[in-house]
Amino acid sequence: MIDEFKERIRSGKPLRIRGGGTKDFYGNAPRGEMLDTRAYAGIVAYEPTELFVTAKCGTPLAEIEAALAERGQCLPFEPPRFGAASTIGGTMGGATVGGAVAAGLSGPRRVSAGALRDYVLGVKLLDGEARELTFGGQVMKNVAGYDVSRLIAGSLGTLGLILEVTLKVLPKPVAAATLRFEMTQAAALDKLNRWAGQPLPIVASCWQDGVLTLKLAGARAAVAAAQGKLGNGDTAEAGYWDDLRDQRIPFFAGADDNVPLWRLSLPSVVPVLDLPGTTLVEWGGALRWLRSDTSAAAIRATAAVVGGSATLYRADAVTKAAAGAFAPLPAPLMNLHRRMKAAFDPRGVFNPGRLYAEL
Amino acid sequence: MSTRIHSHERDQDFSDVDRAALLAALAAVLPAAALLADREDLKPYECDGLSAYRRLPLAVALPEDEAQVVGVLKACHRLGVPVVARGAGTGLSGGVLPIEHGIVLSLAKMKRILALDPLARTAVVQPGVRNLAISEAAAPHGLYYAPDPSSQIACTIGGNIAENSGGVHCLKYGLTVHNVLRVRGVTINGEIVEFGNAALDAPGYDLLALMIGSEGLLAVVTEVTVKLVPKPELARVIMASFDAVTQAGAAVAEIIAAGIVPAGLEMMDKAATAAVEPFVQAGYDLNAEAILLAESDGTPEEVAEEIAAMRAVLEQSGATDIRVSADEAERLRFWAGRKAAFPAVGRISPDYYCMDGTIPRKRLAEMLTAIAAMEKKYGLRCANVFHAGDGNLHPLIMYDANVPGELERTEAFGMEILRLSVALGGTITGEHGVGFEKVGAMCAQFDSDELAAFHRVKSAFDPQGLLNPDKAVPTLHRCAEFGRMHVHQGELKHPELERF
Repeated sequence: MIDEFKERIRSGKPLRIRGGGTKDFYGNAPRGEMLDTRAYAGIVAYEPTELFVTAKCGTPLAEIEAALAERGQCLPFEPPRFGAASTIGGTMGGATVGGAVAAGLSGPRRVSAGALRDYVLGVKLLDGEARELTFGGQVMKNVAGYDVSRLIAGSLGTLGLILEVTLKVLPKPVAAATLRFEMTQAAALDKLNRWAGQPLPIVASCWQDGVLTLKLAGARAAVAAAQGKLGNGDTAEAGYWDDLRDQRIPFFAGADDNVPLWRLSLPSVVPVLDLPGTTLVEWGGALRWLRSDTSAAAIRATAAVVGGSATLYRADAVTKAAAGAFAPLPAPLMNLHRRMKAAFDPRGVFNPGRLYAEL
Repeated sequence: MSTRIHSHERDQDFSDVDRAALLAALAAVLPAAALLADREDLKPYECDGLSAYRRLPLAVALPEDEAQVVGVLKACHRLGVPVVARGAGTGLSGGVLPIEHGIVLSLAKMKRILALDPLARTAVVQPGVRNLAISEAAAPHGLYYAPDPSSQIACTIGGNIAENSGGVHCLKYGLTVHNVLRVRGVTINGEIVEFGNAALDAPGYDLLALMIGSEGLLAVVTEVTVKLVPKPELARVIMASFDAVTQAGAAVAEIIAAGIVPAGLEMMDKAATAAVEPFVQAGYDLNAEAILLAESDGTPEEVAEEIAAMRAVLEQSGATDIRVSADEAERLRFWAGRKAAFPAVGRISPDYYCMDGTIPRKRLAEMLTAIAAMEKKYGLRCANVFHAGDGNLHPLIMYDANVPGELERTEAFGMEILRLSVALGGTITGEHGVGFEKVGAMCAQFDSDELAAFHRVKSAFDPQGLLNPDKAVPTLHRCAEFGRMHVHQGELKHPELERF
């Protein structure tokens, strides 16, 4: 299988790397010949007491999470699975671990547990010259050489073909509770930031349509104590968080030709944005989803002014091509990106244009 | 494979640097007090915490602001002068060892906390701010900066970025890379670049992650935004004694298997406790072959629950004695011994050499057995302190530099430990960095293709190789030389290179 990958790379034709295909919408439009990673699959090593799992790129996230769950562990950064739970013809479909790492997306618990990139311990990849390279490893503390493993996370497959990844795993929290409060967005942003400065086990949050939903998780006693302290919110169904994580709740529903969906990553204290559209707030205020027809320039400028950035997450092809999926980079930073691309993929084989047109 | 690797095949030669021209160029961009060039002024900069290696630089620049950093780098870039950026100089791998024909760029004068936002839980600081100073400034707001390397009273955030520093609480709270949102830096050509931003993620490649732990080879840090976290209401630590290090190791695995992530999980062997106890009177059990320190923090309810759970696991794992800190004073005393381990060993031996390999925890017994054999082989004593939660082992090899041959035997001893760390599935350095010291050992962990990839990353930032040359990533030439000295089981790691 690896030899086949190498041959495809050596041919020099642009390749569009694809796992479960659940994130075809993400980034700029994919180009190149399809390279399907799903046949290169399987958990290579899972050691619960060493807190890591190593898997080949095509392994479904669902398979990894099922193996972890058997030992009471999880991927705390909660990568979206986009319907991974379905089992098709005996094999699990849905998002693969290679795709999850390439996209670098994290779910609701990211605000407390850290992002996907924080859990990447090592990668094995094929670079643009079909060389097999291994960076990082299976241990948590490792500062030998540059941290290429984390550089690969979120690079949308533009630096290399991920063959294998090692992720840190953690025990599932013993107890969890979901609380619901009615409040305005402004009030929610204020509360969320104040709570985050206190030692409370708030692991995830979501505000939408005048309702703030909180997830508490941790030791039994801590969750119970926090429930007391935060007051009597309504306990909501736990399945809500899976639906939010996999973006199955109605806010995210609808085809890509609907009103564009923006992902704004901002400092959590930024007040309610003065932009038309509907909003969903996650990560204690640090992630604002916006459905809006407003111009890309206006949205990007608003995000940049407050120290964040705006990604055009879902939109029709024309809008996306015009605005670009990701906020433009300052010239010195883009120069470094170009040189980094050349360092790993000098012939531009991998996912051309998926991250930025220049890469 | 015949890819050309430019200047990275061989170490660079900077002997043609023109000292007079350099000093004139630096004087033009720095105030007089910010430029040192007299021999006695240069002396304090000849080494870092690893004092076995010393060199004098041509000059030391002490810029007071970013504009001066830009000026210095532009001058050095123009004149082809190598630059070694330096924080407090507490590093343990010779990472800021000066280069003979280059300058040291000290960020010590840039030590202001520029902003601290308690609501956003962030602080914007200059690179010379001490690690502990951030937590002190945040304390009135019930917040702190989580990574706490043992040197935190002195080490700077700029140095922490360079090394991706950890600390005894990193199992639960992460390393520097997990606690920094943004780094502003200057590349060798004087360009200002921002990596990351004030939000939790930024578009493009994660060059922030690449910068952290890059040992001063990619850019010079001028400003950092760190995350602050709420201080736990309470912390308590369990001290458990074991009759065998293998039992203590097994107990660590059992704690993790029980679904507990302790705030700290440290092990010390008998040699280490014997060195420490007379020094700090921590109350360690000197009959134990190993002691474990396991800390729990959080709300009082949470801590009570976790301490009970850990106690049950430790009892089941054969602990011969278990003590739980009754109050904060006792907790600090239990930790004081661990934190003083290095100086304590320094008291009982004229010199010591601290290793920093990380191994999978389950291989601990193998490693410690092998180290015991090495003590006999090299005729040197070794005390072991171990960040047991994350597998990072600090063997402290005791030697006397004044005894001819002891330093060489010590280096060979250390190298054998590092090779074994790699062979057991670990790494040559968990937190101290490669620096100058372990640059040869890198050849044992990475093959030529991987090292060449590192060099290409370096070239993307610094094509002339002027930032901290001869550190962190070995030239392929050096690996060939190294391989000649250390052929392992008949396998040559770099067979494609010419031997001499």
